[in-house]
Amino acid sequence: MMEHVPISHVLIVTSAMFFIGAYGFLTRRNLVTMLIGVELMLNAVNINFVIFDRYLFPNQIEGHFFALFIIAIAAAEAAVAIAIFINLYRNIRSINVEEVDKMKY
Amino acid sequence: MSYVVLIIALPFAAFLINGLLNRKLPHRLAGWLATGAIGVATALAWFTAFTYFFQSTSFEKIIPFQVTWLRFTETLQIDMGILLDPISVMMLVVITTVSFMVFLYSLGYMHGEKGFVRYYAFLSLFSFSMLGLVVATNLFQLYMFWELVGVSSYLLIGYYYDKPEAVAAAKKAFIITRFADFGFLVGILLLSYYTDTFDFAAITNPNHSAFTTMTGSSFLGISVLTWALMLIFMGGAGKSAMFPLHIWLPDAMEGPTPVSALIHAATMVVAGVFLVARMFPVFSFHAPEALDAVAFIGAFTLLFAAIIACTQTDIKRILAFSTMSQIGYMMLALGVSGYGEHGLGFTASMFHLFTHAFFKALLFLGAGSIIHAIHSNDIREMGNLRRHQPVTHIVFLIACLAIAGIPPFAGFFSKDEILAATLNSSLVYFAIAAFTAGLTAFYMFRLYFLVFWNRETVYEHKPHESSFIMLVPMIVSAVGSAVAGFIPFGKFVSSDSQPLHIEMNQTVANLSIVVAATGILIAWAFYKNESPLPEKIASTLKGLYRIAQKKFYIDELYLFITKKIIFNLISKPIAWFDRQVIDAFMDFTATATNKVSAEIKGLQSGQLQHYAYIFLSGVVLIVLIMIFNYA
Repeated sequence: MMEHVPISHVLIVTSAMFFIGAYGFLTRRNLVTMLIGVELMLNAVNINFVIFDRYLFPNQIEGHFFALFIIAIAAAEAAVAIAIFINLYRNIRSINVEEVDKMKY
Repeated sequence: MSYVVLIIALPFAAFLINGLLNRKLPHRLAGWLATGAIGVATALAWFTAFTYFFQSTSFEKIIPFQVTWLRFTETLQIDMGILLDPISVMMLVVITTVSFMVFLYSLGYMHGEKGFVRYYAFLSLFSFSMLGLVVATNLFQLYMFWELVGVSSYLLIGYYYDKPEAVAAAKKAFIITRFADFGFLVGILLLSYYTDTFDFAAITNPNHSAFTTMTGSSFLGISVLTWALMLIFMGGAGKSAMFPLHIWLPDAMEGPTPVSALIHAATMVVAGVFLVARMFPVFSFHAPEALDAVAFIGAFTLLFAAIIACTQTDIKRILAFSTMSQIGYMMLALGVSGYGEHGLGFTASMFHLFTHAFFKALLFLGAGSIIHAIHSNDIREMGNLRRHQPVTHIVFLIACLAIAGIPPFAGFFSKDEILAATLNSSLVYFAIAAFTAGLTAFYMFRLYFLVFWNRETVYEHKPHESSFIMLVPMIVSAVGSAVAGFIPFGKFVSSDSQPLHIEMNQTVANLSIVVAATGILIAWAFYKNESPLPEKIASTLKGLYRIAQKKFYIDELYLFITKKIIFNLISKPIAWFDRQVIDAFMDFTATATNKVSAEIKGLQSGQLQHYAYIFLSGVVLIVLIMIFNYA
């Protein structure tokens, strides 16, 4: 079924996803929204892994496994990030990224 | 005979226990623990001496215990072990016995002192290091224990560390002996570089092959071997307080009196004599010039210290200078000695070391007893003490007679042998030794009469006789001082381990008795009762007296050389260069870094998204560059 979809289509989708994520990361002030941006970028890359594996090395499955690993690690990373947000909120009653500048210098 | 290890291990164990459990141990337990350890060691040492000297016919070098400690190459390694030969066995007996006396005595003397446990820990360490030194199988082991002796003497001299003089004295003793040890180390390295070994068994073997190459090569017209031995002797001179490295010894009196007894009688100062005796075959066969230097320095110190001792008023300082003088005797005897048949000087020196240990320990213990009773070191504040301290008086008198060389006390026999040995070598040395014998009798009896006779002094507290536990070691040492002279020493200790038959030279003996008696008589006339005579003589010899009283201004000379010359002319310019050039450069780099970072730290806003923008722009830039490069 996939053979009918040209690679360029998929790449357009993933590029769009990636840059939407980047845009979100750079412009949103809410840390949770920024985390969503990061997840979007990650998943764009994930799809790229799978799609390139499928088109370039159809007999191998390394790309799939990369994707699986990245999903697992991303889950852990999200857990850590949210834990940080909660602590941050407890301390400064805010999750606005502009207010988190205590660690400069 | 592997139980010999215990003689050394026991004091060390006492040191570890007392040192590690410092605050947790009750005083009594700590004191008796250390004393018990050294007591057992003493018994073992006597047993060792008995088996060594009486159950074998020849006095071979025995190594009952040895482990390899460091291995550099196949041929060069450093061992730790125990070497038994006549002198080391004799030293084991002397050190353990005197240590035991001092440990026992200290139980009374140091009673109730702050840091009592620490005191016993250091005392044990001191005995341990000295014991390790005398049984060393090689030069390197000897050197290590040598330094341990230096450290523990530093700790003990500075025992009253809240007293600035004690701290200064400890520092002085450490620095001066350390300075001398620098020469010692260079000497060891030179010697072992040429001989390829540290082992005494090999080095002291007169036929050892390496010595021929060493005597062949020379530096400044003197063979390398002679240089090496001179440098080794420099280490010995530092520890034994030979002129001109003696200035630490009088100051070392700042330590507790029993420590002085230990330093002067059995440990530390005799280490230098022991070192020369240990290396004696090398000195004798390959470097007679170095041996001449030993004799000269010994003779000079002998007279020099005796003259100073006549003018001092601090009881412990008088004893300190008398120690220097007696060590001078030992060095002189070694210096004029030959090997084998002609080894009278060697035996005499070791004999004197042996007897001196007893009477010098006794003198210091007696001095401690006096100081304990009247809380002063100054003999001008003493007088008529025989009424208050009858036992101390008797034992002190025995010690004075022994050091003055009155028969049948121990000092007479050993000093007589030394005089006979110097007579065989040179008349000048004999004259110095004989004259100093009289001087010794004079200053010792000056001390004795001033302290125990003379006028009645008004004391703040009525002086009392010392406690039983202090009297016992004094009485034991007194017995030792009285009878040690009858030991036929030549049978046991000689330069080549063969029994040496020694006949008493009747003329020399008579002469020395006359000289000593004269000294005592003069002291009696001057000091038995209050008399204006000493003052008169002192004022006639005004300048000379003053110079002697100020110890010939050697301390001032040292200060002049170090402060005025070395500090001002060398150290200060170097310090200036260090501060103004080297430090300044380092400071400049530091301030520059600091300034720059202060300027650029504003780039870090703390805003996460700024960083992300910059990061992303960087990535885009790099990607663009790559695209245009490949395209």
